[in-house]
Amino acid sequence: MIDTKSHKELLPHLFRQEYAKMTAVLCRHFGLKHIEIAEDIASDTFLKASENWAINGIPENPTAWLYTVAKNKTKDYFKHISVFETQIKEAIKSTELETEQNFEFSSQNISDSQLAMIFAVCNPTNSTESQICLALQILCGFSVEEIANAFLTKTETIKKRLLRARTNLRNDNFQIKTLSETEIKSRLDTVLKTLYLLFNEGYFSKTNNQQIRKDFCSEAVRLTLILTDNDYTNTPQTNALLALMCFQSSRLEARTNDKGEAVLFDEQDKSLWDKTLIEKGNYYLVNACNGNEVSKYHLEAGIAYWHTTPTDQNKWEHILQLYNQLILIEYSPITALNRTFAFAKVYGHDKAISEAEKLKLTDSNYYHELLGYLYADTDFDKAISHYEQAIGLTKSKTEKQTLTKEIERLKEKNSR
Amino acid sequence: MKEFALIFRLKDIADFKPSPEQMQERMNWLGSIAAQNKLVDKGNTLLPIPGSAKTVKPNNVVTDGPYTEIKEFISGYIIVKADNIDEAVEIAKGNPIFDQVGGNIEVREVLKRD
Repeated sequence: MIDTKSHKELLPHLFRQEYAKMTAVLCRHFGLKHIEIAEDIASDTFLKASENWAINGIPENPTAWLYTVAKNKTKDYFKHISVFETQIKEAIKSTELETEQNFEFSSQNISDSQLAMIFAVCNPTNSTESQICLALQILCGFSVEEIANAFLTKTETIKKRLLRARTNLRNDNFQIKTLSETEIKSRLDTVLKTLYLLFNEGYFSKTNNQQIRKDFCSEAVRLTLILTDNDYTNTPQTNALLALMCFQSSRLEARTNDKGEAVLFDEQDKSLWDKTLIEKGNYYLVNACNGNEVSKYHLEAGIAYWHTTPTDQNKWEHILQLYNQLILIEYSPITALNRTFAFAKVYGHDKAISEAEKLKLTDSNYYHELLGYLYADTDFDKAISHYEQAIGLTKSKTEKQTLTKEIERLKEKNSR
Repeated sequence: MKEFALIFRLKDIADFKPSPEQMQERMNWLGSIAAQNKLVDKGNTLLPIPGSAKTVKPNNVVTDGPYTEIKEFISGYIIVKADNIDEAVEIAKGNPIFDQVGGNIEVREVLKRD
């Protein structure tokens, strides 16, 4: 199997998967202050892999190979440091370094280190945007270019954002070695929020690069799964968030066509929905209902659950009620618009139009899209006018295309 | 923006427990206010039932509920924000209790204690 893949194909994949884990384990031993050393060792390891594998071929177990090299590089580093230390300051014999050399890249250590790293990165003193950038870089191994591409931002902006965030990370005094219950409890909300936003960044991203969107989503799932492995972090909210991610991910394939254009929910090929992920979503949603807590993740997972069941006739009533609860917990324009869409499904377009117009979100392209959709069957001119305003407001090329097509369809229908 | 309390009064204690359909309509009304970002506080329900309602009067006189004496009782409240009282009144008009069971809604501007 390994023979069929060239090292050039395998390496970027492995890099992303293992780089973050390796850095987390090393960081736990060096401390967050020395995160650069950890990252240097991890980078060196992959550099060596790319050189060595190009000549000798890919080893039997590439992951094990990488960890052996990383461990040796770490030992070399400590040897170098201790020679330096003994030569410069003879008197000091660091016993600390001795013990620090004894570590393994065991699966337990990797998972503990990653959990600790997640909590270190999700530092509430950083803005949520910075936290997401930092998470993408440190926890998921994405490059600055990839992150900038996903955010449709200049690499310079991302670099600056990361620089500030990393300074805070180093100066935070966060105890990454012994992650305590109190630290976990005080930061869990921030962690969940960051993972939620990280997932959304992939799911709703404006970038046309489909691969990176899927990668963001699967990384968010991977990190949330780590939380379910620890007793302190395996809370109903964590499970609800994971259920939400599973339900949403199940439709990833169906919601864009070959050209990268968005496929509306009603037009999606339901055979492309991933049944396994839906079942996993159900499993975590059941876990999430352990207790009386109803968080926004519970409600959003509930909504996503109903979306995966195409048959139930009361489906939209359930969805509307969940949106009512969700908007009571936290107002957001998108929730308000989605709620109105569900309202239209239950009470018809006419009643929904007056609900929608009350929202007065005239700066939002989604607001005009919704009104265009609601007017489409009854008031041709208003529908076109709203769709045109939406086109003027959106930044997404594919959305412009989809809306232009819809206008053409309406015009054709109207001329008949 | 000013804040207004909408105070709900019902006529009949039998109306206090809404049917699932009535509940759904009330939630839609509340959700609609929240969707306009005009809900300041989703308020609370005030239980009118025996054991949950008493009135304290001068000279240590305590009577059961308000329900034995007056025809209307307060069943709950919410707080909304609006430009003026007319807008708050418009919001109140949409409440489904008028079609469902009767009763009234008192709209009162909130003057905050500092």
